Amino acid sequence: MSETNDLILDIQHVTKEFPGVVALRDVTFPVTRGTIHGICGENGAGKSTLMKILAGVYPFESYEGRIVYNGEELRFERDSIRQAIAKGIAIVYQELALIPLMTVGENIHLGREPSTSGIINWNRLYHQTQKVLDEYHLRIAPTSVVSNLGVGQQQIVEIAKALSESAQILILDEPTSALTEAEVDILMGILGHLKERGVTCIYISHKVEEFFRITDNITVLRDGGVVGTLATKDASYEKVISMMVGREMRERFPAGNRVAGEVILEVRNLSVDSPYQTGKRVVKGVSFSVRKGEILGIAGLMGSGRSELVTTIFGEYGQNRSGEVLFEGVPVVIDSARMAMNSGISLVPEDRKRMGLVVDQSIIKNMSLPNLERFSGFLSINRNAELKACQSMASYLAIKTPTLQALVNSLSGGNQQKVVIAKWLMSEPKVLILDEPTRGIDVGAKYEIYKLMNKLAEEGVAIVLVSSELPEILGMSDRILVMHEGECAGIVERSEATQEKLMAMATGILAGATSEVR
Amino acid sequence: MLATKTLSVAAVTRSIRANIRTYTMIIALALIWLLFGSLTNWIFFEPRNLSNLFRQMTIVSFLAIGMVLVITTGNIDLSVGSATGLVSAVTAYLQVQIMPPVLHSLFPGMAAGPLGALNTVIAIVSALLVGLIVGLWQGTIIAFLKVPAFIVTLGGMLIFRGGVLAVTQGKTLTIYEDDFRLIAQGYVPNMVGWILGGIVVVVLVFVIFRGRQQRKEFGFTLVPFYRDLLKALVFSGLVAFFIFIMNSYRGIPNPVLLMAFVAVIFTYLANNTKFGRYSYALGGNKEATRLSGININRVIFTVFILIGLLCGVSGIVLTGYVAAGTIGGGTNYELDAIASCVIGGTSLMGGEGTIFGAIVGSLIIASLLNGMSVMGMGVFWQYIIRGLVIIAAVYIDVTSKRNRS
Repeated sequence: MSETNDLILDIQHVTKEFPGVVALRDVTFPVTRGTIHGICGENGAGKSTLMKILAGVYPFESYEGRIVYNGEELRFERDSIRQAIAKGIAIVYQELALIPLMTVGENIHLGREPSTSGIINWNRLYHQTQKVLDEYHLRIAPTSVVSNLGVGQQQIVEIAKALSESAQILILDEPTSALTEAEVDILMGILGHLKERGVTCIYISHKVEEFFRITDNITVLRDGGVVGTLATKDASYEKVISMMVGREMRERFPAGNRVAGEVILEVRNLSVDSPYQTGKRVVKGVSFSVRKGEILGIAGLMGSGRSELVTTIFGEYGQNRSGEVLFEGVPVVIDSARMAMNSGISLVPEDRKRMGLVVDQSIIKNMSLPNLERFSGFLSINRNAELKACQSMASYLAIKTPTLQALVNSLSGGNQQKVVIAKWLMSEPKVLILDEPTRGIDVGAKYEIYKLMNKLAEEGVAIVLVSSELPEILGMSDRILVMHEGECAGIVERSEATQEKLMAMATGILAGATSEVR
Repeated sequence: MLATKTLSVAAVTRSIRANIRTYTMIIALALIWLLFGSLTNWIFFEPRNLSNLFRQMTIVSFLAIGMVLVITTGNIDLSVGSATGLVSAVTAYLQVQIMPPVLHSLFPGMAAGPLGALNTVIAIVSALLVGLIVGLWQGTIIAFLKVPAFIVTLGGMLIFRGGVLAVTQGKTLTIYEDDFRLIAQGYVPNMVGWILGGIVVVVLVFVIFRGRQQRKEFGFTLVPFYRDLLKALVFSGLVAFFIFIMNSYRGIPNPVLLMAFVAVIFTYLANNTKFGRYSYALGGNKEATRLSGININRVIFTVFILIGLLCGVSGIVLTGYVAAGTIGGGTNYELDAIASCVIGGTSLMGGEGTIFGAIVGSLIIASLLNGMSVMGMGVFWQYIIRGLVIIAAVYIDVTSKRNRS
């Protein structure tokens, strides 16, 4: 490979299975010392699983195969994140793991505070922090509190935290998913700088264009297996995309055959403040409408107010709400999930484990939770009726499980997601809002969920699809609303939409193409 | 043939694994009983002692039943001991100081018997009322004003203890209404005990048959008839055996009957009602439950109303048991109630726990206390052993969970 031919990491035949799903299948590739090695793949391709193995989250022997690091096999015990750190493996997760109410310095030194016999030397701590920040050309004070920083700055603080003195390899998981263009530039600069210092970097992302800016080699994962590893200079954008996707767009997204009917939900000038911070507007004067049998996509970067917008419509977010919501032409005030459901609006929330499911309960209990009224008399639940309804819903969605009494925890991600959807379909909604319905599930399950969306739309259900996956938005929606910093940057017809155009709108470079009110 | 056999074996192993917690508890109870039996020359197993043991456990078990719901919803109630004490003090005060002169002037000609019964009824109603007020007070602050339950009930613990001191003025209020004492000290006549046992068995058989009928109507497969029959037989046998043991002393103690009644009602509430389902879901994932359109504040409020009422019941039995309202009544009961739940498998993280488990848990605690006092061990041992058992129970729970995941 390179002149030195020195491998820092050699991944050999790694296979990792979860109940019902193979997350990694015989993954093999080398990582050369001192390079930036890109790993790309769609959601569910196995990127995060691979990273968790490297981090020691999944211990040695919970997977098959070998991982050779600096010439010796890695054998991490359970929860051995400290072992990984001690070996010089530094990891920055997609979800930021900073403590919001602590300062930058405290966060960076968390767990390794400079101290003498247990007493922290604050001067040294902040002095060292300042040096680190200078090195990354960050103009923030070591004593500033993390929650006051922007997402991009937090990301860089996270990197600084991960990189202890001895870090030899830095693993970044989707580091740019929440960053603006300017912040991405800063990040790229830092990575280049680290490379000069000899730090190897594994850069995990699904944004292919980023690989061509910084990486030396690219490994493409698909459906848990390695499609190939190639040098970036020999690769082209199209080639990587086709390796990643493996099939044409047409095949990834089932064709629908639907006709949009009359407008069922209309939102006029909706604004809302964060429930956690009075006066902080997160949705600013958004207007749109959805028709029966239509799929409206909502795109935007993380933190652009997508989820906040739909959760507000569902009656479960924010304070100081203003604007109007019309359901079937009649103004409605929806203050709670119960009222939304009664109107005929369902929301499948974005984070299924945190907001969608009670994972330690059975499938049946999860599915019937919002619908118990239907099975209850004055006092007791008719369990037979409940079971019957859940059985027919489970077969409609093809939920794979030996029994509906199984705990949701034991299901694969795709089946868990189906349980959440089942839960919200049982109330027979007229408007179904899906917030990131395919996050973290495998390609096959995604396809099934897309088919389901088409089927529901054909039956006349209006669907609102919120997603951070632009291909998904482009593949499924009839019209696309793009959010940018809480505002509607525009609504475009699918025929006029391209990935580049949507991205430009989402980052605020391109102002709205059309801002229609129907 | 072979296939069905392996299938049913698999089903049995699965059900054993699912109920492993229950079996561990019952085995632990059996071991404790055997230990005390052998150490006390089998005095422990004499009907008289068992009768006392079951009666002793009731006061805390009412609180434990309510505590299951409180902990399952992710809350805690530290005030139940003091609240029970307050109920007891108020009840005794009414009976001793207020009611006799009032009733006498209202019904001058009434005989002592009916007058006493009236006094008892009023005392019971006011005890439940005090419990209800306690529940309303704490439920409102926790559910609607969003003050953490730990703090509100810690405050309640002090407030209600202050109430006890205010009502009793530091003195013991001895009650002398026989009717009232009977609630805790009386026994169900032998014949009535058998009749009640018969009713339980008939109801059980009826429930099983109706369940089979309904499942058939919905077109579900039925479990083999012999399994339902076996279940009914085993349960009826246990009921009969229990009544037999109790009757060989003086009959089923009244409070034990009351406890069984309350336990059945709350088990039904927990398993078969929307409220029960919401409580468990809420403890398992508050956010998901809220987004499912459930008014979680109302659920939490209801839970605290219920435990307030149970403090009322517990206070009545306590007053009857000691035949007095005392300044120290109910002290440390909150700890025994929480310990009963925890020993019985209620998860302090919320979302998990059964009434039956809490009953067995409080039986384990009562057995430890009873056995140690029969053996004549020092009181200090009783505290130390109880503490160690609680820690051990949670340790077992934590390790079994870790192995499962």
